[in-house]
Amino acid sequence: MKPCYINSAVSISAQDTSSFLETMHVLENGMALAKHPNYKDFISPIASRRMATGVKMGIAAAITALKEANITMPDAIITGTGIGCIEDSEKFLNAITDNDEQFLTPTSFIQSTHNTVGAQIALTLECKGYNVTYVHGAVSFESAVIDGQLMLHENEASTILLGGIDELGKQLIHDSILIETSKENSITTPFGEGAHFFTLSAKQGKNSFCLLKGLNIFNTVTTETIELKVQEFLKSHNLLPENVDAVILGLNGDAFDSLYKPLQSSLFKSTPQVHYKHLSGEFFTASGFGFWMASNIIKHQQIPKIASLNGKTKSNYKTVLLYNQFKGQQHSLTLLTSC
Amino acid sequence: MTHNRVAITGMGILSSIGFTIEDNLYALLNQKKGIAPIVNIKTRHANEIKVGEILDTNEQLAKKLNLPKGHNYSRTALLGCIAAKQAVEHAQIGDDLVDTRTGLISSTSVGGMDMTEKHFKQYNSNAESNKFIESHNAADSTEKIAQYLGITDFTTTISTACSSAANAIMLGARLIKSGQLDRVIVGGTDSLAKFTINGFKSLMILSDTDCTPFDADRKGLNLGEAAAYLVLESDDIVKEKNKNVLAYLAGYGNANDAFHQTASSENGEGAFLAMKKALQVADLQPEQINYINAHGTATPNNDLSEGRAIKRIFGDIIPDFSSTKAFTGHTLAAAGAIEAVYAVLALQNNVIFPNLNFNTVMPELGMVPVTKVITKNLDYVLSNSFGFGGNCSSLIFSKSQ
Repeated sequence: MKPCYINSAVSISAQDTSSFLETMHVLENGMALAKHPNYKDFISPIASRRMATGVKMGIAAAITALKEANITMPDAIITGTGIGCIEDSEKFLNAITDNDEQFLTPTSFIQSTHNTVGAQIALTLECKGYNVTYVHGAVSFESAVIDGQLMLHENEASTILLGGIDELGKQLIHDSILIETSKENSITTPFGEGAHFFTLSAKQGKNSFCLLKGLNIFNTVTTETIELKVQEFLKSHNLLPENVDAVILGLNGDAFDSLYKPLQSSLFKSTPQVHYKHLSGEFFTASGFGFWMASNIIKHQQIPKIASLNGKTKSNYKTVLLYNQFKGQQHSLTLLTSC
Repeated sequence: MTHNRVAITGMGILSSIGFTIEDNLYALLNQKKGIAPIVNIKTRHANEIKVGEILDTNEQLAKKLNLPKGHNYSRTALLGCIAAKQAVEHAQIGDDLVDTRTGLISSTSVGGMDMTEKHFKQYNSNAESNKFIESHNAADSTEKIAQYLGITDFTTTISTACSSAANAIMLGARLIKSGQLDRVIVGGTDSLAKFTINGFKSLMILSDTDCTPFDADRKGLNLGEAAAYLVLESDDIVKEKNKNVLAYLAGYGNANDAFHQTASSENGEGAFLAMKKALQVADLQPEQINYINAHGTATPNNDLSEGRAIKRIFGDIIPDFSSTKAFTGHTLAAAGAIEAVYAVLALQNNVIFPNLNFNTVMPELGMVPVTKVITKNLDYVLSNSFGFGGNCSSLIFSKSQ
């Protein structure tokens, strides 16, 4: 597929992302709530009061991404969310159970569908273009990116707004954490939430600051086959491992970190290595934070010290590779380069 | 237009009107609807609703899949695995599943909610319940289908409410057309859940009688459960493997109504744009469409909005149209897939399925759906799927020759 230009990158997450190199900090264990912007700048207070965290984060990140890229109306809105609108799902579930299916109001049901954020952005912008929501765990965000790239490739759109959103919720997350921590070699990074939005275009604009070269998602790969998979992916873009200037890995401390090990210790042994889930927390669309990190490394030509895994640096960051997976499934390889 | 065509080479379906393609076709041709009072879910609304339910219990479905005891398959996953397996067998895919770039794009509205709502109050106090925490998210049923079929390549899930499966079919077609994949299994699965029953109930759009699409006195929809998958293959694979083509996917369109989170706009703008785009992609004029399988949920809002959008596209000469929701109920995320199967069956058999329970023409539209089985030559069938969030999608299917 044709490469496409990235014109803006916005992160609402547990980090203060106002400065790429200085303001980030390592998260404490447990849960890492997002640092919220002033939503009054984006959403009317009346509308905002009924909106769950994810919807608000999504709208704010989306509007900021459009503004930074100087786009008033995208041709398509594509979103990804792993857990969906869990706050409203929990509310409606409890209302059904606690009142034996009586006295229900539809608000939380209406806002519980996975496409709520994509729909609310479309409503806010009055955007009637292509609109899809992906919900496939750790490749929800990547599915949205592939769709966006495909749209540009097919000349079905010239500008795309896309992003990943996940909110922690208030109830099921605690059950999930208890189950996770009862396992051996469980996730050690905190659990987080966030919204990561980007604008893509087929043509280079004055805001374009890096290129999306390629993205592959696949369902199954093992510690034995991961190196080959990465080499094949790079080869399909006429690259060798030594051409990669930085590799960003989705390490979260669990047993499946073994999938990253062959890349850390052999294929990219001398390459600057970056991790980010100690900064973003783990959530299904945390890889959106990785994508944001990659695009900013290219933009700033520096790796924030706090994100460096092996202390290695380079004078020039032209090609950045991302690899992420969740529990040995939902693998993604993403390649960004300078324009 | 022979290059990069997207062929449909296999289909699988499970709905309240049958467990196979043959059963579904038989029911459609013989006006045997699958709408009845609810059996498998205990709900206080049991006497006020009718549903399109698959009567097999989870235990019976699990047995069909030979699942071990203690599995954590949601009903959504059980239905999905059975239908997807049928589709793969129908397309006569065997060992070549792995040597051809094969993807899976599934869709669901609420994922594993049917199990979550039964167990979430006992999480962490009951080990038996805990296993369903991980089957809640919408990817779970898709992962289980991938595992069951042995798919290792591109796998994803779409959730755009009631237009989900249509979007899964659309993405599959685009990935084949652009050469990213050679074969994609596309479709959707949704099981009935108290969550959705109460959600639609609270919106006051459930009918207590058999639903009556496009009727002036329509009272709302019947919910249903179903799963259906189609095997899409590239022209190259069809030639190379000498595959039997059931039909082609000729066009597709997706637009957003951008009007309201749950209601459709008065003039059906989103639906209009989706149909218009689909016609453009298929390079067809409206008069070339022989049959519209409408979304037709039988809610006052949808049928009026969709009817107006159809009129805007087709003018005074509206093709034969019907909604099959009165047979199956509204199967939410799966609806676009089961109706895609019905569109292909219509093309294969040159037949139009009836819109059941229709009596009175809507005064705002003056449109009369097909109410009896009609046999006539069909070249192109348009299928509509619209959902909450303004998500509107249209697909056009064409004959295999």
